[in-house]
Amino acid sequence: MKITRKDVEQVALLSRLELGENDVEKFTGQLNAILDYIDVLNKVDTSGVEPTAHVLPVKNVMRADEARPSLPRELALANAPEQEDGYFKVPKILEG
Amino acid sequence: MEYEVVIGLEVHTELKTASKIFCGCSTSFGAEQNTNVCPVCLGLPGVLPVLNAKVLEFAVRTGLALNCRILPFSKFDRKNYYYPDLPKNFQTSQYDLPIAVDGHLDVEVAGETKRIGITRVHMEEDAGKLVHAGTIAKADYTLVDYNRTGVPLLEIVSEPDIRSAEEAKAYLEKLKAILQYIDVSDCKMEEGSLRCDANISLRPKGETKLGTKAEIKNLNSFKAVQKGLEYEALRQAEVLDEGGRIVQETRSWDDARGQTVSLRSKEQAHDYRYFPEPDLVPMVVDSTWVEDIRRSLPELPDARQARLMKEYGLSGYDAGVITASRAMADFFDATVAAGADAKAAANWIMGELSRHLNAAGREIEECPVAPGQLAALIDLQAKGTVSGKIAKTVFEEMWASGKDAAVIVKEQGLVQISDEGEVVAIVEKVIAANPQSVADFKAGKERALGFLVGQIMKETKGRANPELVNKLLRERI
Ligand SMILES: [Zn+2]
Repeated sequence: MKITRKDVEQVALLSRLELGENDVEKFTGQLNAILDYIDVLNKVDTSGVEPTAHVLPVKNVMRADEARPSLPRELALANAPEQEDGYFKVPKILEG
Repeated sequence: MEYEVVIGLEVHTELKTASKIFCGCSTSFGAEQNTNVCPVCLGLPGVLPVLNAKVLEFAVRTGLALNCRILPFSKFDRKNYYYPDLPKNFQTSQYDLPIAVDGHLDVEVAGETKRIGITRVHMEEDAGKLVHAGTIAKADYTLVDYNRTGVPLLEIVSEPDIRSAEEAKAYLEKLKAILQYIDVSDCKMEEGSLRCDANISLRPKGETKLGTKAEIKNLNSFKAVQKGLEYEALRQAEVLDEGGRIVQETRSWDDARGQTVSLRSKEQAHDYRYFPEPDLVPMVVDSTWVEDIRRSLPELPDARQARLMKEYGLSGYDAGVITASRAMADFFDATVAAGADAKAAANWIMGELSRHLNAAGREIEECPVAPGQLAALIDLQAKGTVSGKIAKTVFEEMWASGKDAAVIVKEQGLVQISDEGEVVAIVEKVIAANPQSVADFKAGKERALGFLVGQIMKETKGRANPELVNKLLRERI
């Protein structure tokens, strides 16, 4: 599998990243180098090996269902670029 | 051409926990905007989510009640997409190892039982609420309330086994009943704690390959589910009949206009780029615990319906109506436990009681007449202390005042007159006063008898024992 400029542009769009012309070129090359390396890993026989779900050998970490105080609203909104009436304010969602 | 409709439903239900799925914020509905939020559910950098143990328990309960297999090893994944209702830009959900798979539930449509497969049940977090100034398409900007972000959800996905809008509604009603019976969700569609999306496609009758589907959102009531799917099936049939193609897209049900409309969003073809959530460790569910939960499940709607039919001789229909909600079935059982005849209790609950609840827009939990009070009224009627007609008047008064039936009967002097001597006197008085009607009856006009009975009831304010009145009247003319 080969990554094309189009793939990089699509992933950038999905990730809301603005890439310059040179970046697209650079990342296309870098991502292909990573995939080439994955091809090396793919040569290892992993039949009979469980897929890893987590890197730590830990399971069932849970808390009791107890409500605790939340953040004061001023603090919750403190980093919002824009706010109105206790709400986070964001650009319109649909293109008209 | 004749088409077969193929429908699969995705139902989201909010779990009845005190705190959110991965943080301690309260799940209370209707709090002021952005007051039930913290660094975890706002997705601020450096925070660590921790799973609420109750969510896992509720998910297992639900899986078992829906006849699913519980996976012994389950994990969370990140579903990546950009929409302002998710502050983290991903939703923590379950992808390839959901908590429960391969279940089913049975619905009854047009007198026939049909089994609908359930593909999977998985845990995830709810998203925030968007407030648009005006409509979503015309608003200049959007306001976001993250109180709902992180409220625990179960997504319950059906197989594409549903063949009509009516079956879809029956499936949803049964699912709601089960979720309420096992006490994991309030299932209030009007508050959004039960939500339904539908995938619907058509194919020529006899074809086995699936057609192109549309996803319908915004089906916010049982009625909307039925009407929305009926509309969409007709729309797709028209497109196909005209030689057109169905576009795979998301459409929104517009209840006011009674149609589905295409939702075109900025997002291109979805690619959720799922990957395992590194901040949450896997869940390993041991079978002893699962069996403990299975044993703790209450009697479910189908079993309860069967019991009511067998124990009390109720019809399948009556038992189905009563057991459709756990609260109503509990009310019925309590009324019978208080000594009422089961069939009379069923008739009262499905009749007068439901009529009053519907008119007042109340749930049976808020019924001003308690089961014991209803049982006492049924008893008064069974003993002949009050007639059936008067019993309805007494019920009306019980509903309004909350008083016991016996008190109302005594206060208002509503005791049925069954004393023969007393009734005879009135019957004779009415016969003497209405010679024309008596003559009409003798000439064969059965209706004239009804008039005479009416006059006697008027004299006694409806309290005369109707059977006695009929008997005495016929004896004397
Ligand atoms: Zn929180």
